[in-house]
Amino acid sequence: MADRAVALSGRFGTALGLAVAGLVLCLTLGTLAAVAWRAEAASGLGPADWAAVRFTLLQAALSATISVVLAVPVARAFARRRFRGRSVLIALLGAPFILPVIVAVLGLLAVFGRSGLLNDALRAVGLPEVSIYGLQGVLVAHVFFNLPLATRLILQGWAAIPAERFRLAASLGLGAGEVGRFLERPMLRAVLPGAWVAVFVVCLTSFAVALTLGGGPAATTVELAIYQAFRFDFDLSRAALLAAVQFALCLAAGGLAARVARPAGFGAGLDRPADRWDGASGWLKAQDVGVIALVSVFLLLPLALVLLRGVPQVGALPGSVWAAAVRSVAVALASTALCVALALPLAIAATGRGGRWIEAAGMLGLATSSLVLGTGLFLLLRPWVRPGDLALPVTVLVNAVMALPFVLRALLPALRDLQAGYGRLSASLGLQGFARLRLLTLPRLRAPLGFGAGLAAALSMGDLGVIALFADQGTETLPLQLYRLMGAYRMDDAAGAAVLLLGLSLGLFWVFDRGGRGHAGL
Amino acid sequence: MLVFERARIVQGDFSMAADFAVPEGARVAVIGPSGAGKSTLLAAVAGFIPLTEGRILWEGQNLAPLAPGARPLSILFQDQNLFPHLTVLQNVGLGLRPDLRLDREQQAQVAAALERVGLDGLGARRPAQLSGGQQGRVALARALLRARPLLLLDEPFAALGPALKAEMLDLVAEIAAETASTVLMVSHEPADARRFAPLSVLVADGRAEPPLPTGALLDNPPPALAAYLGQ
Repeated sequence: MADRAVALSGRFGTALGLAVAGLVLCLTLGTLAAVAWRAEAASGLGPADWAAVRFTLLQAALSATISVVLAVPVARAFARRRFRGRSVLIALLGAPFILPVIVAVLGLLAVFGRSGLLNDALRAVGLPEVSIYGLQGVLVAHVFFNLPLATRLILQGWAAIPAERFRLAASLGLGAGEVGRFLERPMLRAVLPGAWVAVFVVCLTSFAVALTLGGGPAATTVELAIYQAFRFDFDLSRAALLAAVQFALCLAAGGLAARVARPAGFGAGLDRPADRWDGASGWLKAQDVGVIALVSVFLLLPLALVLLRGVPQVGALPGSVWAAAVRSVAVALASTALCVALALPLAIAATGRGGRWIEAAGMLGLATSSLVLGTGLFLLLRPWVRPGDLALPVTVLVNAVMALPFVLRALLPALRDLQAGYGRLSASLGLQGFARLRLLTLPRLRAPLGFGAGLAAALSMGDLGVIALFADQGTETLPLQLYRLMGAYRMDDAAGAAVLLLGLSLGLFWVFDRGGRGHAGL
Repeated sequence: MLVFERARIVQGDFSMAADFAVPEGARVAVIGPSGAGKSTLLAAVAGFIPLTEGRILWEGQNLAPLAPGARPLSILFQDQNLFPHLTVLQNVGLGLRPDLRLDREQQAQVAAALERVGLDGLGARRPAQLSGGQQGRVALARALLRARPLLLLDEPFAALGPALKAEMLDLVAEIAAETASTVLMVSHEPADARRFAPLSVLVADGRAEPPLPTGALLDNPPPALAAYLGQ
């Protein structure tokens, strides 16, 4: 019901929300305008730039396809089986989202790198070695991050099939094949395109993976090309042109994502837990167990290796690493505070009139890359400040904008529930403005606020993006410091720093998320 | 006096008309089949649903420009009458000041209201720690403090057992008498209407009829009401 009288935001709240939306628009589209204005001076895309565009699209398409194809059997295994530790494993599938990319890359190097487990084994049996660098490395890392994402998305599709359908199928004597044909295949047809596009968009803007495992003429993404133009050649026109290209790619992908159909409805079920009678045969059971075991090893082994090697090193880390850690925590906390301060008024305004547009403005972070934002901000601020001075403030700002969509997604459903549940009661009591924020909105939103702040903190903590553009001596964050240690082949220190970074990222998330849940009033 | 002046509510293919007056201080039951629009009628008075045509007036003042919280009324909903994260004291205190900055005298008023509904000593509890009847009493204590001349009950006691419901209705009647409030109460139970409300408004077939004496209406029901009552 379009119930204006019970809308959450008063006039002041709406104005504040509009102001924040305007700020986000300035930051995303405004920096793009700066970029576009500057890009005009460039002579156009050279062959190397076109190669970067092609490689970006190729790796994103392949990463998405591999992730989604592999995720189907994994999700089916999770959907068909009930076992101890299942819910923990499914929760762990969400962990790569807050895992610093650079830590995962270090772990993947320990498995697939030149002196990693795989090549040791290949050498031992006299087979040729494989290289983790180039396209295959980028794909391995992207699948590592996105296979869990795709699995969760597809698993939601399975969970959306009402338990009653499976009961009906069992009562009609349908086996695994028929269940697949009549229930699972229609579901997959509805869910897979969305999952594919989601992974595709993520891989399009992924920077740290390309920075560490890609590179060279054959494996440079547009993001990496922006970084190189900016950092090595200081060719601002070219960086700006590439940033414009990257934005166009993101926009096209975002449009694609918006067009892809939402998962089809399976009608309302009665929310019975889905007992499954198909797939009872030994062969199917073995298949599911094998799939889950393989995926667990693929996801957990790299991290286990990092921990094994790094934990003993943490105590012996050089002072520069600790200084970077302190800097990173400060950046993460500042960016979290900023992100929440932006997200809350935006979310409140987004539940009122014209909310769709305000929400869309907040989601723009999804379709922007942090390097484009960083380049634009640099172009705008260059007349007044040195890039080195900008490194940390710009990182705080960019990280906050990039985390905004995820915090919004955490807040919006809770706010809508709040409005549905208590909107009329508050209106009838005249509870509004700051009293309403203090007495109703904040206390009821504790849990999603804590979760959202945790996401923002962990994402900022692990981010290796815009900081790489600007940082000089003395402004490195921990992920950048770790990257430099890897570049200098100080692998023991790198492993120690990775453990520290992992601990800090997960720790920050845990503290915020926990704080949100702690003695929440019922 | 509460006046419905050629009031009309249209929502999609639902439509209801009301054109009558409720005398001041009256206790009126709103009865009729499910889906006929009993709750909608109250929601329109409370300001949650805009009128498509006509006006609703209290003491000659048009209610349309007033926000729900500014209208001269308190409303008790079917559920969600209390904020679950606030204590009983806070929930009641909202009736005096929505920002809960209560001075000493107001705190004493809150305590007195809780005592009046039989809940003294339970102020520090949260709603989940109370029984359904006690939760209803908290909402009544708040309405008592708000002291608005009009009280709307949208079946707030529907989930209670018959004896408890009768007890709550008696409490409402007492409080309404003390504060000289006009009460509109949606009801499914003819017995409740007889017990509580001398007058009844029948809502059926897209119309809210002018109030009639409850006993006469129930004893000699028009066809729509007879069908609903199963007679």
